[in-house]
Amino acid sequence: MARKMTGAEMVMQTLVDQGIEHVFGYPGGAVLPIYDALFKRNDVQHLLVRHEQGAVHAAEGYARSTGKVGVVLVTSGPGATNAVTGLTDALMDSIPIVCLTGQVPTHLIGNDAFQECDTVGITRPCTKHNYLVKSIEDLPRVLHEAFYVASSGRPGPVVVDIPKDIQFAEGTYENHSNVPHKTYKPRAKGDKQAIREAVELMINAKKPMFYTGGGVINSGPVASKLLRTLVKMTGYPITQTLMGLGAFPSSSDQFLGMLGMHGTYEANMAMHDCDVMICVGARFDDRITGRVDAFSPNSKKIHIDIDPSSVNKNIAVDIPIIGDVAFVLEEMVKVWRARNPELDKKAHKQWWKQIEKWRARNCLKYDQPKDSIMPQYAIERLYALTKDRDTYITTEVGQHQMWAAQFYGFEEPNRWMTSGGLGTMGYGLPAAVGVQVAHPDSLVIDIAGEASVLMTMQEMSTAVQYNLPIKIFILNNEYLGMVRQWQELSHGGRYSQSYSEALPDFVKLAEAYGGVGIRAEKPDELDDAIKEMISVDRPVLFDCRVNKVANCFPMIPSGEAHNKMLLADEVDEENIENAISDEGKVLV
Amino acid sequence: MKTEITEQHTMSVLVDNEPGVLARVIGLFSGRGYNIDSLTVSETEHEKHLSRITIVTTGTPMVLEQIKNQLERLVPVHNVIDLTVKGRSLERELALIKVAGKGEKRVEALRLAEAFRARVIDASTEHFVFELTGRTSKLDQFLALMIPLGLVETSRTGVGAIGRGPEPME
Repeated sequence: MARKMTGAEMVMQTLVDQGIEHVFGYPGGAVLPIYDALFKRNDVQHLLVRHEQGAVHAAEGYARSTGKVGVVLVTSGPGATNAVTGLTDALMDSIPIVCLTGQVPTHLIGNDAFQECDTVGITRPCTKHNYLVKSIEDLPRVLHEAFYVASSGRPGPVVVDIPKDIQFAEGTYENHSNVPHKTYKPRAKGDKQAIREAVELMINAKKPMFYTGGGVINSGPVASKLLRTLVKMTGYPITQTLMGLGAFPSSSDQFLGMLGMHGTYEANMAMHDCDVMICVGARFDDRITGRVDAFSPNSKKIHIDIDPSSVNKNIAVDIPIIGDVAFVLEEMVKVWRARNPELDKKAHKQWWKQIEKWRARNCLKYDQPKDSIMPQYAIERLYALTKDRDTYITTEVGQHQMWAAQFYGFEEPNRWMTSGGLGTMGYGLPAAVGVQVAHPDSLVIDIAGEASVLMTMQEMSTAVQYNLPIKIFILNNEYLGMVRQWQELSHGGRYSQSYSEALPDFVKLAEAYGGVGIRAEKPDELDDAIKEMISVDRPVLFDCRVNKVANCFPMIPSGEAHNKMLLADEVDEENIENAISDEGKVLV
Repeated sequence: MKTEITEQHTMSVLVDNEPGVLARVIGLFSGRGYNIDSLTVSETEHEKHLSRITIVTTGTPMVLEQIKNQLERLVPVHNVIDLTVKGRSLERELALIKVAGKGEKRVEALRLAEAFRARVIDASTEHFVFELTGRTSKLDQFLALMIPLGLVETSRTGVGAIGRGPEPME
């Protein structure tokens, strides 16, 4: 039904019509009319962050943990530029975000006006799509289109830049949420012939391997269920990427752990030696492949992805299937059942025997001394004490992130929020804010490093303001740990600028924000401290003082093949020096 | 690293004629490190707000597949045709060429222009401006001949391309 209203009111009405209940934002001159429209209604809750980057990460956490679109509202100029890191993060990890930015009035655009920047120019490469709305007639369609583009196909961030005069202008609003898009129509259903060929290849495999990623989670809970059905039906081994953890339960015997640079030995070896690889919603990223010319050289590769540009980008595949994971897996399960295949049990038994040998290498083993907490141990204890609760985990970026991925077990999708593609330090705390907003009664923990968390520490204030009892579990080793590890591996142990000098007292810092600070320094204090953290119903900064020199293993040294992993018990000073070739040192 | 053989392909991109669409296409090429050998753009169907971008690019077969898929992923793009893969496409380019000189050189320039079917669109006793249409290779050849005869300035449109036969681009 068409109604007269102002542009600002249209923004609010669109949010309501799209079923949006929460917006993360920060006001400023160029969005005041929208904030005024917000003030006049009470069906959308606004969460005031302390920095626009935090708003986008919070919206990402919200989106990832619910499957809904996360909404951000910021002002022009610095409001928009501060959001750029979050937008890029969402683009890399395919997170649906709609970011509304204020803009100077249309007659001032291009005049270097106060708080003006070329928002669509700046955000063009870091969004899935963006719009500058120059006429009130276009606004309702563009707003609804933004939600459609953000959430359909391969999800991603969309920016709508709205000049202030358009926010004041009056026009006719119509709900465009069901109007089909002119050009953007992603394919959802995979080619049936390709699916049949893929199933045939899977049936005849002697050394099969599932390799699944974030696409399964983005496709929704049905996709995770279908993946479980298919993997169980086949009995084949499976590994998941960092982004894919939780789609398949980590407690299953068929799960070989995460793969990639800091994945398990068994997962990477099985990927290298398999004869049929079934890639589901993953993108052969460089953290997974290692040296591309040595990546899984003898396998036939099936690749299911909704984005055609992900196919044959890094690795040439044999059977590409373009479509939504849920649709394709449903069809695969159907075809497999109808085929009721006789599998090569002998070959599979042999394959599992080989995998068990790799597993027995026990690649995540570490020694826990009496006097200092090993970071791996801290995560193992955190997992043991929280796994039976309704728990969501976010992380920052670095060693702690990899340890969390290795040692925290995920049984369900949408429970694990981490910055995979962009690797954004400072992601975890605001993301936890967003997750807690969506799940007020759940236990939300940000597994953090002391360096990362300081990048967006101000969002503690947001958590306190809205009574969001997030738990920031800091593995404090007083180093930019991953930087230090790489300096050890490729720069002769010269720790240039990687020591976290002049750290705050995190317990006092928590108290200063109005939260609760807890510290653990010895292994025997850890369990009680974690239990205390869980029992507190307020935001907590947990300063977990861990071993300062622990490194994250196993590791595919950069530039190496994925079956040439460096294992913790092989590491000594000499092979640390020689682990990375000169060619590898150039890589990141 | 093994070096793969690169190929030159011509792609036609049908886009919604909206602000910033060319910037999206160019930004994609610069951001991902693809080559642009030639690029032309103009509105082709005013009522439907459609523009056609013709891009000549060079890359390995895998990169060329990427370019097509990345272009198709852009929201305002209707479709992308790799005319080189389809084969037998028509490609033409137009050049405006200024040649200055006197005497025998001037006469020779005019003679060659006639041989290449270039038109004279401006002239004085000391110069010609030629208009020449043809494949890129023909233009290159003519320009090479003009250098010793007093070539002073060139303006080229870049390649426009279209498939043969009665069907439109699909």
